[in-house]
Amino acid sequence: MKMLVCISKTPDTTSKIAFTDNFTRFDTSGVTFIVNPTDEWYALVRAIEVKEQLQTGSVTVINVGPKENESVVIQKALAIGADNAVRIDADAADAFFVASQIAAHAQQEQYDLIFTGKETIDYNGSGIGGMLAELLDMPYLSLANHMVIDAAGSATITREIEGGVEVVTVNKPFVISAQKGMAEQRIPNMRGIMSARTKPVKVIAPVSVDTYTSIVNYQLPPARTEVKLIDPENPETLIKLLHEEAKVI
Amino acid sequence: MSVLIYVTHANGVIKKSTFETALYARKVADMLGTADVVAVSLGNVSQAELAALGNYGVTRVLADNSSVFTQFDSAAQTKALANAATATNAQVVVLSHNSAGKAIAPRLSVRLKAGLVTGAIDLPVISGASFTVKKSVFSGKAFANYAIHTPVKIVSVSPNAFPVVKGSGSATVEAWQSGVLGADVKVTVKEVKTMSDKVALPEAELVVSAGRGMKGPENWGMIEELADALGAATACSRPVADVHWRPHHEHVGQTGIAISPNLYIAIGISGAIQHLAGVNSSKVIVVINKDPEAPFFKAADYGIVGDAFEIVPRLIQAVKTFKAQNA
Ligand SMILES: Cc1cc2nc3c(=O)[nH]c(=O)nc-3n(C[C@H](O)[C@H](O)[C@H](O)COP(=O)(O)OP(=O)(O)OC[C@H]3O[C@@H](n4cnc5c(N)ncnc54)[C@H](O)[C@@H]3O)c2cc1C
Ligand SMILES: Nc1ncnc2c1ncn2[C@@H]1O[C@H](COP(=O)(O)O)[C@@H](O)[C@H]1O
Repeated sequence: MKMLVCISKTPDTTSKIAFTDNFTRFDTSGVTFIVNPTDEWYALVRAIEVKEQLQTGSVTVINVGPKENESVVIQKALAIGADNAVRIDADAADAFFVASQIAAHAQQEQYDLIFTGKETIDYNGSGIGGMLAELLDMPYLSLANHMVIDAAGSATITREIEGGVEVVTVNKPFVISAQKGMAEQRIPNMRGIMSARTKPVKVIAPVSVDTYTSIVNYQLPPARTEVKLIDPENPETLIKLLHEEAKVI
Repeated sequence: MSVLIYVTHANGVIKKSTFETALYARKVADMLGTADVVAVSLGNVSQAELAALGNYGVTRVLADNSSVFTQFDSAAQTKALANAATATNAQVVVLSHNSAGKAIAPRLSVRLKAGLVTGAIDLPVISGASFTVKKSVFSGKAFANYAIHTPVKIVSVSPNAFPVVKGSGSATVEAWQSGVLGADVKVTVKEVKTMSDKVALPEAELVVSAGRGMKGPENWGMIEELADALGAATACSRPVADVHWRPHHEHVGQTGIAISPNLYIAIGISGAIQHLAGVNSSKVIVVINKDPEAPFFKAADYGIVGDAFEIVPRLIQAVKTFKAQNA
């Protein structure tokens, strides 16, 4: 199985979120960047497991982003067990731009499976997997939390639907967005970290595409007012406040 | 010219998210001076149910009840919607940012060459050619205003961001052929497992959630009783789902699902930043925790400091009394 895993770089989950330039740019000072959690824990690890199980195939990771992403995200993915990496040398301008870059590469390489994470924790788009699938004319299995696949590429997948899950079957090639349940997080070991340095990272120039959207500016949410504490002996007060003041029940 | 929406239904019953998108689409259509809000219904939904979408501002329904749609395949659904968008000259397509919307909206964006903003939390701001949409970013820690530059725009709206108000009216329902054929469907649905007796968590207006403070799965009886008394859905923190005290689909937060109910009651949950990421856009937050220093109190509107095992039973009683009085 020839597999491609799309990985993005996101601020660490505990980062302080601030903006500069009159709220038009995300302030990266003091922010630690990580591999987007769903991409690393679920998409990448599941791809590696499939290769281990079938004892054949390859796992390539791809990132659309600047040079510094090689040390921040690509090395980590290689240390966890990807075989090689591709970096498309461009800023991730918008979802369509990123999806088009990945699709252009995927078209040439003819991957059997393409994994993305469920969504990035910075822009919360949940869009790139579906765009890729449409660009490549492949089925899209979104929000998958389980996948088994045989050597012939016939897969059974459990995916989230409104208020439950559905079990579907599909044949390769397809695009799948991975979430919790797909795999367990793997911590890279020393050998992985050492061998990552010798694995190939190919840098590709971007293809020219228009962006469809852009961020005009950011806002911070209004601070919540101080919590109103209620006497534990009188929870009726809470119910009364929820009804009369907050008007939610 | 039209503003287009997509009808989400389960076995012919239209979901609340459809009413939210219909009301949103109606307002967008009014801003653009467009009369038609067209709903696309794929699969078997009754004529009466579809006509009733008029109560939420829909003027026309294009209904393709072909059996190809009994299987959900995002590619097939996208093709149908794209054909409807072209046929009705859609300027804007509005979907819900739910699991169906997440599967379809990005595909449709590529197919229609239409810019997409997912998870909108407010109406667009339209001025001349500029069209901007506000959404939550950084897992609820900020908002971003996105401009869409393409002639056709797609917006998926965050569930529960828009209150559903039923008006009056009736939509014309037209039998329509979407052009989708059996060969377009590449995914076979083998089994659907839903908790049909309960409100789906992403759509729930009231949510009662509990964490490790509950000590063990055997103590969830009172959480469910409180939820039942309120008519709420239940949720949990991640460690609780990880050790299988509760099912995975109840896990909220950065790595679980993000929800924005009107009321979120958190019991025995510390309020870690990754938990807050999934719930901080709730309208009202109530926290019950025995530790007055629990970080969750900083994000709460109302709080009770104390032992859940004493407070929850009292709260259940108080809710029952309230319900009896307000029945
Ligand atoms: C990358 C990453 C992603 C994560 N994603 C998520 C996520 O999506 N969702 C999530 O929830 N977590 C997530 N976490 C974990 C998160 O950091 C916390 O560890 C977790 O939310 C804690 O769960 P908890 O509040 O139930 O448990 P604890 O932190 O153990 O808190 C239990 C609380 O219960 C209170 N308590 C104890 N006994 C009682 C009693 N008798 N009555 C009342 N209160 C009592 C305690 O005072 C305490 O505040 C993530 C972590 C990481 C690193
Ligand atoms: N710059 C990027 N490079 C490679 N893959 C990406 C990039 N951004 C997002 N992705 C992938 O697309 C998924 C969904 O991202 P999004 O649509 O932005 O929420 C992520 O989980 C990644 O797998």
